[in-house]
Amino acid sequence: MASNKKRRASYVAALAAASALLLSACGGETTADSGAGEATAAAGEFPTTGSGVVNVYNWTDYIDPEELKRFTAETGIEVILDTYDSNETLLAKLQSGATGYDVIVPSDYMVQQMIELDLLQNVGVASFPNGGNIKPDLVDVYWDSGRNYTAPWNYGTTGIACNFAAEPGCANIKSWKDYFTADLDKMDSLKDQVEVVSAALRATGVGKDDLCTTDKAKYLAAEELLAGFKPDVIESDGGIERVTAGTSNVRHAWNGSTHRMTVENPDVQYIYPSEGLNLWADNLAIPVGAPNLDNAKIFINWMMGAEAAGRQSNFSGYDNGITGSDAFMDEALKTDPAVVVPADKQALLSPLPNCGEEARELYTQVFTTWTTSQ
Amino acid sequence: MTAVTTPPKKQAQRGRPGQSSPKLAYLPIIFLAFAIGVPLLIIVVYSFLEKPSQGTGVKWVFTLENYKALFIQEKLDGTTALDTRYIKVLWTSFYYSLLTTVVTLALSIPVAMWIATRDARKRNLLVALVTLPFWISILIRTYGMRQIVADEGPIGKFLGIFNIEWSILYSPPATILGLIYVFLPFMILPIYASAERFDFRLAEAAYDLGAKRMTVVRRVILPSIRPGVISGIALVFIPALGSFLQSDMLGGGKTNMVANVIANNFGQARNWPFGSALAVLLIVLTLLFVLIMQGAAQRRGDKVELV
Repeated sequence: MASNKKRRASYVAALAAASALLLSACGGETTADSGAGEATAAAGEFPTTGSGVVNVYNWTDYIDPEELKRFTAETGIEVILDTYDSNETLLAKLQSGATGYDVIVPSDYMVQQMIELDLLQNVGVASFPNGGNIKPDLVDVYWDSGRNYTAPWNYGTTGIACNFAAEPGCANIKSWKDYFTADLDKMDSLKDQVEVVSAALRATGVGKDDLCTTDKAKYLAAEELLAGFKPDVIESDGGIERVTAGTSNVRHAWNGSTHRMTVENPDVQYIYPSEGLNLWADNLAIPVGAPNLDNAKIFINWMMGAEAAGRQSNFSGYDNGITGSDAFMDEALKTDPAVVVPADKQALLSPLPNCGEEARELYTQVFTTWTTSQ
Repeated sequence: MTAVTTPPKKQAQRGRPGQSSPKLAYLPIIFLAFAIGVPLLIIVVYSFLEKPSQGTGVKWVFTLENYKALFIQEKLDGTTALDTRYIKVLWTSFYYSLLTTVVTLALSIPVAMWIATRDARKRNLLVALVTLPFWISILIRTYGMRQIVADEGPIGKFLGIFNIEWSILYSPPATILGLIYVFLPFMILPIYASAERFDFRLAEAAYDLGAKRMTVVRRVILPSIRPGVISGIALVFIPALGSFLQSDMLGGGKTNMVANVIANNFGQARNWPFGSALAVLLIVLTLLFVLIMQGAAQRRGDKVELV
């Protein structure tokens, strides 16, 4: 969900989907002998060093390579990193029976679905040595109450990045409605169905608690609003490069990537749209069938350390869910209103909508109509 | 005397020269059957299934809904109407591919003829140059193309000197340019293969007999290289129809070719059955095109086999 996780050209996803298709036909449904009940394993002495490898499957450009080196130096475990471009790619890969991953990084709503589909192991994360570091308000989250399956990773919001010097029109963008109707040059959109359609719904007056509505009239209004919105680019990756190079001046963007833009060019600022914006949270989790369970636990515990979490935030530009990590965070990060939400903006945030099947289909319909009419 | 006593070496070899056991072909055939046949079968089967209420994949319940949804849309205002969205996307793909084919053809014939008329050593070098792009990953080449056609890229900077505005990146022209660039070698090579076999003395003879330049091209040269042209059209048009990368990277990621819509259904939209149905439709249309091409070629008596 972060723009720095580059979608390394979606054709990779297409390939993954194609191979997944093949695998699923041969392997059938993943027989998940659900990891539930393994929580006891964590109760004993917790391993701090290991050997061999841990296979981490993460979003692209979302993990600090220096931190991985440090991890290997101190624990003796080598990290093998593989990357994906969306929660859906991750889900498709796991559901098609792909094994070999020890740690994955799904977002909130995806965690809930994966738990329901028996794809994650209950390892009792909260009882890990560093489990107490989880920020109190991130313990009883809707997708994993009590933090049994997942550890918090980075979290952030999705708003608008605007280059106020290059585009004077930025001053007039206060809301999603302004963004979708601005009709400025060099506008970009994310290629993310949930983000785009939920923003359009908000722009047409749908409240934050109603974003999974099944009222078709509301989607029709969103569809009509989007019909007039023709950005230059609809892509989730490369946003940082485009905005800092001046190819794009107004972009639907994640706050962490906006922070990285601001560092490069202070004229780029983050806008909190007045209708409200999505708050998402990524998580570390262990999939069922992970070949190196102990190493995965060591890795997750390491990343819940205050210092590791702080350094990771410095790399990604996002805040994290670990208490005490701010002591290790760069000053620029801690003072950027894009990253640390100002008090008067707190009320605007609401979790990324986690909709049921019917609403999801309506999202797809609006998104398809929009992208095919460009 | 010595010549007579030399033993007949050739008969000592197994089989006839240039011929080997047909068993050698079994392995590739089995491989192709698996690599092409099985995924194709899966796609066809999936296109008749329902999607599960959660996650990705399929639910093993037979349905024709996916095919219906290609053409009929239940609109958000409650009405049911002809769905033009996918027809439009297919048309766009067809149009881009056609344009790519026409332009690459127009560029390739002179290039192929020119290479074919060089002496043998130069010819080999030039053909190697045409294949040079294959040495680099298509992904990297497309990234390169993106830098070149960018507003602030070399072309944009050069035109900027004359105050000419250059802004094609993230628009259909950039996609088409990317397609032309990628597929050009696939047009040049088969045409060259035909042209190389052409006996250019025939063209000279036509001149000597008083034919005008265009008549020679039309009546003597083009008919001789026609098999190469037809292969080239097939090699460019068909893959171009299903191309994904160019519209994704150069067209600004706006879903405007059918492969992008298919990919989206396997990705974010999480509707594998519908994506499969769309893929099957694309396969059927492509096959139809191939059959038409082949029919046309056979009527003219060309030896061209595409399927």
